[in-house]
Amino acid sequence: MTEPVPYDQLLSILVRDEPRVLTRITALFGRRGYNIKSLSVGNTEHPGVSRMTIVVHGDRGVVEQAIRQLEKLHDVVKIIDHSLEKYVDRELVLVKVAITPESRVEVRQIAEDFRSRIVDVGRHALTFEVTGDEGKVTAFIEQMRPFGILETMRTGRIALTRGSNADIASHIYHSGESETLRPALEGLEAREERARGVPNLF
Amino acid sequence: MTGAKALWATLANHGISTVFGYPGGAIMPVYDALTFYPEVRHVLTRHEQGAAHAAEGWAKATGEIGVCLATSGPGATNLVTGLADAMMDSVPLLAITGNVARHLMGTDAFQEADITGITLPITKHNYVVRDVEELPQIIAEAIRIARTGRPGPVLVDIPKDVQLAAYSGQIPKPHARPEIPAPADEAIERALELLRSAKKPVMMVGGGSLDSSAEITALARAWDIPVITTLMGLGAFPASDPLWLGMPGMHGSVAANRAISEADVLLGIGLRFDDRVTGRVNGFAPNAAIIHIELDAAEIGKIIRTHVPVRGDAKVAAARLTEGAVKGVWPEWTAQLQEWRGRNETPEHWGAGYAVKAVVDRLTPDDILSSDVGQHQMLCAQLARFEKPRRWLNSGGLGTMGFGFPAAIGAGMAEPGVRSVVIAGDGGFQMTAQELATLKMYDIRNVKICIINNSYLGMVRQWQEMFHGKRYSEVWLGDSNPDFLKLADAYDVPGYRASSAEELPAAIDAWLNDPKSALLEVVVPHEHGVFPMVPAGAALYEMIESDPKRAAELKAQLADAPMNEVPMNEVSDA
Repeated sequence: MTEPVPYDQLLSILVRDEPRVLTRITALFGRRGYNIKSLSVGNTEHPGVSRMTIVVHGDRGVVEQAIRQLEKLHDVVKIIDHSLEKYVDRELVLVKVAITPESRVEVRQIAEDFRSRIVDVGRHALTFEVTGDEGKVTAFIEQMRPFGILETMRTGRIALTRGSNADIASHIYHSGESETLRPALEGLEAREERARGVPNLF
Repeated sequence: MTGAKALWATLANHGISTVFGYPGGAIMPVYDALTFYPEVRHVLTRHEQGAAHAAEGWAKATGEIGVCLATSGPGATNLVTGLADAMMDSVPLLAITGNVARHLMGTDAFQEADITGITLPITKHNYVVRDVEELPQIIAEAIRIARTGRPGPVLVDIPKDVQLAAYSGQIPKPHARPEIPAPADEAIERALELLRSAKKPVMMVGGGSLDSSAEITALARAWDIPVITTLMGLGAFPASDPLWLGMPGMHGSVAANRAISEADVLLGIGLRFDDRVTGRVNGFAPNAAIIHIELDAAEIGKIIRTHVPVRGDAKVAAARLTEGAVKGVWPEWTAQLQEWRGRNETPEHWGAGYAVKAVVDRLTPDDILSSDVGQHQMLCAQLARFEKPRRWLNSGGLGTMGFGFPAAIGAGMAEPGVRSVVIAGDGGFQMTAQELATLKMYDIRNVKICIINNSYLGMVRQWQEMFHGKRYSEVWLGDSNPDFLKLADAYDVPGYRASSAEELPAAIDAWLNDPKSALLEVVVPHEHGVFPMVPAGAALYEMIESDPKRAAELKAQLADAPMNEVPMNEVSDA
């Protein structure tokens, strides 16, 4: 048997927007020793639902186990495993590059080649905003490195599946059954109803 | 109506008849409201851990949810062991804790602890109720989560001011139990195909199969497949059936462990392949294709590579595999297993095993047997013969010392017409011995406590003997143990004692026939081990079948005989 190969895998997790949800998710990864490489969280088009994009570094078995454990969490509404779908992903990075009167023009030229925007101009530094997939962001940073990078901040990757299908099967069970909307969503609806003042008598 | 009253009304609406708990400052409004709800019985234990284990005992014996109650801070943290235990053994449990008022939360107020943070990894889910209008719905939802799918503990933390706030809504009725998903047709077909091609099949059933006992028994008999029941699955298949091979794993039977090591198809139902069952994972069932019937998808393939995963209701899966049965096509295999079955050592010498056997032999199939944790637990699992599910309560996953006695109280209160027997060690009993007061307070008459007293933390001592060069570090209790009979007498619990094989039968009779709950202390020799045993990190086929000390005695007796008459797999006395 060959050794399993670890690589970066991209998951989108739709969760109920409630206190401690982030802790629940990250604690699950931490306890089982799965390393989160990047994590970004934001609101979605559904009120009360947040979306996380998590990059996990591990072999396929690790990620499948992580998904199954996540599926058990009551706060998790849906998981999309991007390795099973076509997707677009982006990352935003702010890079502060040291400049000298001699390097100024060259730095600006490289930034232009990357379609990067200047978001701050200082006497000794320029701050760029770059958006793109991981490769582009990394390439930009590498191009700027010789001039002296003073600071960077990356948002972590975010991803959406391609096409119009918003309801992607999670494909986590070998039976091929997709469990797209979990009972968690039922609770969510009840909660929304309550918020609208509709009595909920179960 | 206050939030506290709404809490009790919701519990009563859900058919909760008994709650185990202990009051304190931050839960006082709930205790005050309790006086208005006589339909719910509150049982005052002497420690919150006792309340949690009693609720577990209730749940394990009945299959219904157990409920425990505690105050904030230290009260809540005392529930933690019980919650972790319930999580590991998939016990439906609702824990309700009080907390400081909302405006004090997060300020390190008196008796404040972040109990939802603390219990996050050891509950199926937990809540802080921040709005009284949500309180009854959260309780209803918590009960649903605890009972649905793979059961587990749910904690609801209620700030004191929420308990006192006015609630104006309705009291929710119980959620309908959602249907358990049926396994996919394709999975059943593949499982049938694999079973039909088998030459040496074996079934292994765990704690998740207890409610499918009838279907699983029919399945095994239809195919003539031998059955192994894990520590948590004991009782899921009747021990009197000739197809039963015993328990697998670290202290499993010779037949069970050999069957796993030799099998070509292993059908696992409702289990999670705990490391105490598998031994060294790459040596577990090395020749077998694994079929795993399991409700929790996360357990499939977690430890052991599964060839045919069957996710869903074990009842349905077992019934469908029974329909496709082909009977008795492996006579050589079953004959081989029968031979191995005969190799189990029965304790004939006076000691813990002898005492446990004498006790469990007196029990009827209806009696509930709880054990604490340690050597006596493994001896109970090896020697008791369970005919029915939910008659065997023990702390399987977490291995919680102190579990047995309060669990027996919980089970005894759930089924007052049934004898609830607990076998404990002298170490574990003392972790929750204060619950003798609970027996006295509620005049509970059906709990029978047996303490196997070897004056040692026996299991740790055994490991020290075998793996730590006999350096018995901090395991001797003999000089400081109480007089257990005097201790029982202090709580008006009658006590009996036996110190020899001759005294034992009469003592057991007197103890079991006592009209009250009673305590029996059996004083046994200090240094007895539990065998068979698979050392930690070894594979099941590397099992030590019998006590090396006795093997050494045997070897001395056979000094003149050829070496090959001595069992091959004994270890030398290191």
